[in-house]
Amino acid sequence: MRESLGEPRRVSLPVLDGPAIGQPTTDRRGFVKLTGAAMVALATGSASAGHERVDLSDERMGVLVDLTECVGCRRCEFACAEANQNPHGKLEDYDDQSVFEHRRRPTPESLSVVNRFEDPADGKTPVFTKIQCMHCEHAPCVSACLVGAMEKQADGSVTYDASKCIGCRYCMMACPFERLAYEFDNALTPRVRKCQLCQHRTKVGQMPACVEICPVEALTYGKRDELVKYAHELIAANPERYVDHVYGETEGGGTSWLYVADRPFAELGFPDLKTRSRAETTEAIQHGIFQGFIAPIALASVLTGFNFLTKRGHKA
Amino acid sequence: MSGAAVHTLVKPPRYFTPGVWVIAAVAAVGGLCWLYRMTFGLGAATHLSAAYPWGIWIGIDVACGVALAAGGFTSAFLAHLLHREAYHAVVRPALLTAAIGYTFVALGVMTDLGRYWAMWHVMMPSMWQPNSVLFEVAICVMCYLTVLYIEFAPIVFERFIGRVSLPGLLGRLNGPVDGVLRFLDTVLGKVMTVFVVLGVLLSCMHQSSLGTLMVISGTKLHPLWQSPFLPLMFLLSAFAVGYPMVIFESVIAHRSLGLKVETKVLSLLARYTPIILTLYLGVKVFDLFRRGVAGEVLAGTFASNLFIAEVTIGAILPILIFAIPRFRRSVAGLFIGACLVILGLVMNRLDVFLIAYSPLDQAAHYTPSFMEIAVTAGFIATMVLIYRFVVLNFPVIEELDVPGRAAAREHAHAAGEPRARELDASPDGELEQIRVLRGRGLGAIAQGVK
Repeated sequence: MRESLGEPRRVSLPVLDGPAIGQPTTDRRGFVKLTGAAMVALATGSASAGHERVDLSDERMGVLVDLTECVGCRRCEFACAEANQNPHGKLEDYDDQSVFEHRRRPTPESLSVVNRFEDPADGKTPVFTKIQCMHCEHAPCVSACLVGAMEKQADGSVTYDASKCIGCRYCMMACPFERLAYEFDNALTPRVRKCQLCQHRTKVGQMPACVEICPVEALTYGKRDELVKYAHELIAANPERYVDHVYGETEGGGTSWLYVADRPFAELGFPDLKTRSRAETTEAIQHGIFQGFIAPIALASVLTGFNFLTKRGHKA
Repeated sequence: MSGAAVHTLVKPPRYFTPGVWVIAAVAAVGGLCWLYRMTFGLGAATHLSAAYPWGIWIGIDVACGVALAAGGFTSAFLAHLLHREAYHAVVRPALLTAAIGYTFVALGVMTDLGRYWAMWHVMMPSMWQPNSVLFEVAICVMCYLTVLYIEFAPIVFERFIGRVSLPGLLGRLNGPVDGVLRFLDTVLGKVMTVFVVLGVLLSCMHQSSLGTLMVISGTKLHPLWQSPFLPLMFLLSAFAVGYPMVIFESVIAHRSLGLKVETKVLSLLARYTPIILTLYLGVKVFDLFRRGVAGEVLAGTFASNLFIAEVTIGAILPILIFAIPRFRRSVAGLFIGACLVILGLVMNRLDVFLIAYSPLDQAAHYTPSFMEIAVTAGFIATMVLIYRFVVLNFPVIEELDVPGRAAAREHAHAAGEPRARELDASPDGELEQIRVLRGRGLGAIAQGVK
């Protein structure tokens, strides 16, 4: 077993009634607030014009996954299906190891799945990776959604509201982890399906279902900031056990789900992402172009000017 | 248009020909597949998957559709805002194409939306999410579609003013309806410039944002295409494809309707294309070096070959063809050049939205299903059918003798077009045309010729 540090596994739950964050407020990033410097900014190589950081609550939660602990029992898959009212069999059905023969991704029925990675080098024990929505700090899906169906909540979760969704699937194009699932087979009311960090459970003081059921305590639910600290302490205390990398601390601008492992994450199917969220890049371009509406107004003025000047010349 | 005024008017041919029946059949098959998709869902009708959430309905119907309708705003800019009168003849067909094109972009989006019945959410300010690039595109496309219909309205007025004949009892309303049309026509005539400016502005906004759309897909899009300069490149390539698209349609429409191709005005139009394409190419090359991926072009991979093919077909070859006057002045040269630009643009949009997009799951593949292809083909066929119906019944193409033709002439006269017409009637070559078209001097030269 890893050397244990003060367990933040059962931490006090945060106040969850705060307003959704990561959503635009009119004065902060209204559509009408634009500066025309965008192309100029881009041309001069600074794509950060108009960049505004999403405010994040200090109380936001996350989950730390210790991949060295996971034994691939798939109980989390069962608990997840149960908690999300997805079709599921009996707990014993999840003992089936044959699913590991293929690499799986979250589906509308299984929002969380476990994959097995054999060690390529020697006969070390295989690594099991539980994957689901990473609940990005600055989530591209939230930034992409044109009707605000995806929201970054104060508790750190990125939630999906089907009642707003129009089904464009731009969120799926945006997701750097490709963890969003879609009900393609539902003819009229298809939904995007994703882990909601068990918001319905945490609201009433329960753990996320997967965290609660994990028999080896590979999952730790807690304040994200504390989890990051804890993960680094864990690595420092067990340098022979872990690679010195907390996946999700900075990837894609940071995520609520964090992972520690005994080998490089590239070997475990985790994408190698920049520390800057893609949402930041697109928002910088978009708000740069439209900031203060200067560019559109300037263009309209120039066009009107053309019209006026050539008309006069024509009549002269 | 050169000398359209001196052409004798041609009786419009009948609507149905064997070719039109074939197109109608394609449209019908597409219509059935469309109904199937709307009833049984995306899973039943398409090969879309979690790895490939977007297919050809976004890649072709929306991304290519928007760009290929760019003839509308680019020619309106030239004729209405820069007052290059010689181009008035191409404005109406281009406007019609844009109006039909954008209508089907909207239909294409609707077809692709999983919850198409919730489409109205986009219009609810309470749900607006201004960080979303797609939000910008959606709002601009909706506004521009409205502007296009307003810009097209005078053509409908010309057709019906003085000819309103409602059936049966409604016939009594003929007079009042006619009065309303005349009133609207007058009002619209006074404020049309506002809508032309708005149309160009909205076009620039969403043509570029369409490029921003894929920036968020990050490394899933191949580095030869993924760039923060995508919006600028999309805007420039939309500018570039505008006139070739006008040339392409004009040649096909004139041939199909048994009219003489307006080589003169089209070759004048084609002069702009190499300039814009060179600019586009310049930005593309600059961007590759700026991001340090220029070497990738010669990597010899599928992606690099695709990139070379796209740039050669869509930019390098057409620059050469359109820059050489002898080619530019022949129908074949014009048509081939235009086809290359269009093909290059379609390749570019497909590359960015589909082909150069690779999901993390490398085993995943996407090839469009029969129904996806049938719906897309059906939409294109339906657009052709609508275009043909409109030009045979409304004053869109100058040489066709349709109801409202005389009123259209009146409008043109009011816009100061006749002087340019008279100039066209003179047998002078392109050079004089160009001189004449240099805006400011036009009035003076026109007076001189008189």
